[in-house]
Amino acid sequence: MSVKVPSNLDELLKLIEEELKPIKVDIKSDKRVYVEIRKEDIRKAAKLFLDLFEPLRARLSTASAVDCRDHFEVLYHFTFSQFGLVLTLRCKIPRYKPEIDSIADIIYGASFIEREMHDLMGIVFKGHPNLERLILPDDWPEGVYPLRRYG
Amino acid sequence: MPEERHTVMIPLGPYHPAYKEPEMFKLYVDGEEIVDVKIRIGFQHRGIEYLAQRMTVQQIVFLVERICGICSTSHPTCFCQAVEDAMKLEVPDRARYIRTLIGELERIHSHLLWAGVALHLIGYDTLFMYFWRYREPVCELLEELTGNRQHYAMLCPGGVRRDIDLKKMKPKILKVMREIKEPIAKIGDAVAGDKLVKARMRGVGVLTRQDAIKYCTVGPTARGSGLKIDVRVDEPYAAYKELGVDVKVMTEGDVLAKTLVRVLEIIESIEIIERCLDAIPNGPIRAEFDEYPVAEGVGKYEAPRGEDIHYVKLNGTTVPERVKVRAPTYANIPSLVPQLIGYSIADAPIIIGSIDPCFSCTERVSIIDVKEGRTIVLTMDEFNQFSRKRKNPLKVR
Repeated sequence: MSVKVPSNLDELLKLIEEELKPIKVDIKSDKRVYVEIRKEDIRKAAKLFLDLFEPLRARLSTASAVDCRDHFEVLYHFTFSQFGLVLTLRCKIPRYKPEIDSIADIIYGASFIEREMHDLMGIVFKGHPNLERLILPDDWPEGVYPLRRYG
Repeated sequence: MPEERHTVMIPLGPYHPAYKEPEMFKLYVDGEEIVDVKIRIGFQHRGIEYLAQRMTVQQIVFLVERICGICSTSHPTCFCQAVEDAMKLEVPDRARYIRTLIGELERIHSHLLWAGVALHLIGYDTLFMYFWRYREPVCELLEELTGNRQHYAMLCPGGVRRDIDLKKMKPKILKVMREIKEPIAKIGDAVAGDKLVKARMRGVGVLTRQDAIKYCTVGPTARGSGLKIDVRVDEPYAAYKELGVDVKVMTEGDVLAKTLVRVLEIIESIEIIERCLDAIPNGPIRAEFDEYPVAEGVGKYEAPRGEDIHYVKLNGTTVPERVKVRAPTYANIPSLVPQLIGYSIADAPIIIGSIDPCFSCTERVSIIDVKEGRTIVLTMDEFNQFSRKRKNPLKVR
């Protein structure tokens, strides 16, 4: 897959609009953009951004899992150094089935943070090459997730 | 990796007294050569994010300051910037310059500490002493400026907590900067030109540009591999837009390149401080605000080890809904796998050290008998005993 490399923020947003069909684009400022996508599209998004890593000096900075009472949110914070931009991809995950596709085999830098979110928030990353304990001790009880706020 | 080649597994770690995040490196070796690496972190997980969900924003500033004892102004600055981003709060000019001053002084002492430790790791204790000798006056400056050598407690959302007495401190800071600049440049030349240093560092632990991008590395680790990324330039915070930063980049990607990048950054930091002291404006040091909104924000900061990033979700109360912290070493640790594979065990300490976790000592050694699937964990004393008597520990137990 090869895409035309965007030369400014508007072109990047247009590319995202075309490729990912986002649910909601929230432009807080020209340095902070939040894009909500369907969780099924996360692998597509990862592949799209991976192609931009080299030309736009971009990387996956980290991901945050947030407990929002009726659902979980996984926020992937991508940094585009060329534009001085943090683009946050927001995926909503239902509480009764906390599962999302892993992007660790596409972006190596996602491996640790996915294992951490699995440990602390109990989100299952399907297809992760090695979804073992990272942070919590080996004798930590199953099914206890310290960062869940609402049970 | 074929399992039968894993004749011996040597764990490095997990506890490194000098380092903020103890890690376990399982080095699978074939003879002397490292053929595979497995990394396990979390040995001193202190639940900072869990605690942060139960504290007020003002308290969390002090909590995140305790994440690291070396770059202890990085996390509070980053957290305050995340809160300010969420609240759309403008920081007064004087506060921005004070943040820059403290941040750059910290970068100098952190890089000097690292350079000393790195040279100590390869057994070059003379230069270790020299580097640390010039770190001391910087720490004393910080103590005089803020009251503490570490954990300066200078930050608060909207600005800084204390003003600095510029009339008294400016000549002192300039004097120290003048005194350390030339010697550090000289020691840097000595490091670059020394045969022994070259023999241990050049061509060792190479991180290629492609791997640096693939593993999402940050900071001097990425800049040593030719990636020109620096939050101070890419997304200027504090007073870096006015003061400017010359980003130092080396393309070799080996341990020597990462060392020299840091030495050059020390000199650059000294120059930033000199420019900063001339330009500090007068005025308020803190922006006032009434209450916390329902909003989310991302803060970024170029810590000595690389990009630090915090995510904050405020819910309208003083206690935030979620605080996410990503320290730079967390991003750099996975990149140790391509850096270590193919090199000898003796190079492992300096390679692991090259991303700037303070590496200390091998605590325990465990030996795996692949044929029988047994693992024996030995203390260092026991291991030394076996080593001296030249007995196979697997046969003895």
